[in-house]
Amino acid sequence: MNQWEVVIGIETHAQLATVTKIFSGASTAFGAEPNTQACAVDLALPGVLPVLNKKAVECAIRFGLAIGAEVAQKSVFARKNYFYPDLPKGYQISQMDLPVVVGGNITLQVGQGDKAYEKVVRLTRAHLEEDAGKSLHEDFHGKSGIDLNRAGTPLLEIVSEPDMRSSDEAVAYAKSLHALVRWIGICDGNMQEGSFRCDANVSVRPKGQAEFGTRREIKNLNSFRFLKEAIDFEVQWQINEIEEGRKIQQATVLFDPDSGETRMMRSKEDAHDYRYFPDPDLLPLVISPDWIARVKGELPELPGQMRERFVHELGLSTYDATTLTASQEMAAYFEAAVAIAGKANAKPCANWVMVDLAARLNKDGKELAESPVAAPQLAGLILRIADNTISNNIAKKVFEALWNGEGTTADEVIEKQGLKQITDSSAIEALVDEVLAANQGNVAEFKAGKEKAFNALVGQVMKAAKGKANPQQVNDLLRAKLAG
Amino acid sequence: MIHASLKQLSQALAAKQISSVELSTLFLDRIERLNPQINALVTVDRERTLNAARAADARIAAGTAGPLTGIPIAQKDIFCAEGWRTTCGSKMLANFVSPYDATVIRKMEAEAGLVSLGKTNMDEFAMGSSNETSFFGPVRNPWDNARVPGGSSGGSAAAVAARLAPAATGTDTGGSIRQPAALCNLTGLKPTYGVVSRYGMIAFASSLDQAGPMAASAEDCALLLNTMAGFDERDSTSLDRPQEDYARDLDKPLAGLRIGLPKEFFGEGCDAEVMAAVRAAIAEYEKLGAQIVDVSLPNSHLSVPAYYVIAPAEASSNLSRFDGVRYGYRAPEYDSLDDMYMKSRAQGFGAEVKRRILIGTYVLSHGYYDAYYLQAQRIRRLIANDFVEAFKSCDVIMGPTSPSTAFKLGEKAADPVQMYLSDIYTIAVNLAGLPGMSVPCGFVGGLPVGLQLVGNYFAEAQLLNVAHRYQQATDWHQRRPAGIE
Repeated sequence: MNQWEVVIGIETHAQLATVTKIFSGASTAFGAEPNTQACAVDLALPGVLPVLNKKAVECAIRFGLAIGAEVAQKSVFARKNYFYPDLPKGYQISQMDLPVVVGGNITLQVGQGDKAYEKVVRLTRAHLEEDAGKSLHEDFHGKSGIDLNRAGTPLLEIVSEPDMRSSDEAVAYAKSLHALVRWIGICDGNMQEGSFRCDANVSVRPKGQAEFGTRREIKNLNSFRFLKEAIDFEVQWQINEIEEGRKIQQATVLFDPDSGETRMMRSKEDAHDYRYFPDPDLLPLVISPDWIARVKGELPELPGQMRERFVHELGLSTYDATTLTASQEMAAYFEAAVAIAGKANAKPCANWVMVDLAARLNKDGKELAESPVAAPQLAGLILRIADNTISNNIAKKVFEALWNGEGTTADEVIEKQGLKQITDSSAIEALVDEVLAANQGNVAEFKAGKEKAFNALVGQVMKAAKGKANPQQVNDLLRAKLAG
Repeated sequence: MIHASLKQLSQALAAKQISSVELSTLFLDRIERLNPQINALVTVDRERTLNAARAADARIAAGTAGPLTGIPIAQKDIFCAEGWRTTCGSKMLANFVSPYDATVIRKMEAEAGLVSLGKTNMDEFAMGSSNETSFFGPVRNPWDNARVPGGSSGGSAAAVAARLAPAATGTDTGGSIRQPAALCNLTGLKPTYGVVSRYGMIAFASSLDQAGPMAASAEDCALLLNTMAGFDERDSTSLDRPQEDYARDLDKPLAGLRIGLPKEFFGEGCDAEVMAAVRAAIAEYEKLGAQIVDVSLPNSHLSVPAYYVIAPAEASSNLSRFDGVRYGYRAPEYDSLDDMYMKSRAQGFGAEVKRRILIGTYVLSHGYYDAYYLQAQRIRRLIANDFVEAFKSCDVIMGPTSPSTAFKLGEKAADPVQMYLSDIYTIAVNLAGLPGMSVPCGFVGGLPVGLQLVGNYFAEAQLLNVAHRYQQATDWHQRRPAGIE
């Protein structure tokens, strides 16, 4: 494994969040009865013609601007010809030679904590196209059913360069892209409903070799977990093949989540000749600089810009800033907390959101939007840590109480449960004296040079204070008494 | 009444000399009597027609009628019409009943109040120049029943020539309005690409297809075009321009008109007597005050080969939707999905359609695309540029519409290249997207000859003026075939 390098490029189909289809006026809403959202154009009745949905174009412009790409002033819709029952026209309207978005890149954070690193993945292009319908193979007495509700749904196909070198990088890329398309409001990102699906082009090569190995494309991965599992399996399979003296043949493969394996769908020899040519029913798509400027004016602050601001204005580390801007929800939550807790508390806010809150959400399998502790509540808690009303340890108790609905604000919980920190030095001194008197053994050990004994004494004082004593004061007082 | 112009019919309806129901019945009865002989119409629905006629009469009575309300018309069976069988001349769609109206149908029926008499026969999917490729059998030319009416709008041409309808719609991809108009002694107009909406018109070659009127005179064509033309948001290639009155310039004098004669249209390849009739027509124009200018279209000899790459390429893709899955013909027996596709398409399409699908598929294939399709597109630009150059020194270009008069049924059916060459003068006009007309200009051996007029972009009103003034000075367009009374 160590002498092999993995090369991954990803093609993503993001369903654009338009109300109507890309070339017809039919609704794009998910989950309707089969064939109730397919109009004459979607059914490809004789004589019908496509009319481009400007909202879909605006989504593409938004995306292009968000990744720093070139939005093409002129792009061309082409027909991709092939026969399939869920493709009513016998061709898919897509873009081939002249796509609407060219270039751009995405910065991602790979890994966590100390092992985290930043990576820039270049994008090749993004183009507009229409989705096909669905073939339903169950419950039709040996026949197949066709549901054309999805036919004509607008897609943005986003193609990366083969810049990723591990399944972790691939997943980080997919997650960043997923967050970005939701951030700029062009895709709902619902992977169960197929709104965001990835194809991974995977190859391996001996480390140090310049040219790429032969790739196989894993189609239609609709969860980050499947993306990782599929790539990991595929990489191992390819390495085994090569090590056993076989050549990799270019192919399209499918991932079976049940077996965790990829299996061949079609080889290069079976590949279609799609006979692309410019669609004579549609004029070239011309996007004026004015249009681009208008869309630019409507864009929200982008994750990259926000990350810079968090670093420069709030003094966060790049790692924290990148993590917090991984999704718009998390960034918004963090900003709402800082708005109340103040910029001086930005770092504790970041830590609480990234560590404590994230862990708690994870434990309950909840999304941030479902968090029982809202940003203002967390900010209130952080303010009480900052002004020494409670210690970090007590804060965790208060947080848990807020989580469980035992109070609506941190102050209320602290008051009701009597958790206010003891900062009165005479009160702490009394406790320290008590502990020193009762633990002569530890005192002797400490004086004999055992630092551990000191920690035991701190623990005793905190225990006596029911955790509420200010830890710093306890430390200082103990040191002073033991030295004296 | 059966020979009346649209203007005369309009006046008679307005004056209540005749009702739309009476007028429609008159033509429906003629269809019933004469159509079995010439096979110009493939679908007639008397009830539907009479309902429309009654509605037209109500509009006339209510004073909300337009100039053509209540006038019957025949519709080429390429236009989808709600509740009506729309076959495009093919077995593939022999039982297809459209659930919607083409924009042309909606504008003519719902807006203008024209009354559709029936759907006219045509070459299958508009592929042909003789109307012999129709699944519903050939149409016979009313001037000689042993001869073809031209194609692909041959049913429309024959219907109007035999006065089964006062006028008809046609479509023109490479000459399909002008050539049958010439062969049946009619006036036909193919507008500038984008003037008439293609929505609901079954596509043959999308970048070339254009609908237009076929009638007895330029004046009738102008009035019909007024009802057909206009921007349509359902067709992205439709042009957003102000509505025009195409009859506005009909009577303008022609003094000073510069007629360009491309030497390429007056060389070899054209029947000498046809050419003589065309030259006589040009002499007539000189009498009307026009000047003759020599022009050149140096790339026009490439128009047929370029056309037979581009049109089949687009057609091969346009016709992919006819797969037997959702509507249309499906083979009765098949073993698998691919087998269903193959059998349905093999049985549902005729030979000429299959030939063009094969050519189109070939020229778009990997490795051939650059050499054929892209090359043909380059030639197309050269041809368009030739016209742009020519129109710098003339106002209208003239020449023969077709190199021969109507040929015999079966005469060219076995030789597709000979058949393709019958559109040698018309195809360049489609490739350039220009407006073109055919106007009756004489007879050879009792068969009509057409004069082709080509105008600059959006010069429909001028073309109609040029044709109308000629028709004021001549009576070729008023001649009728024998045996249709």
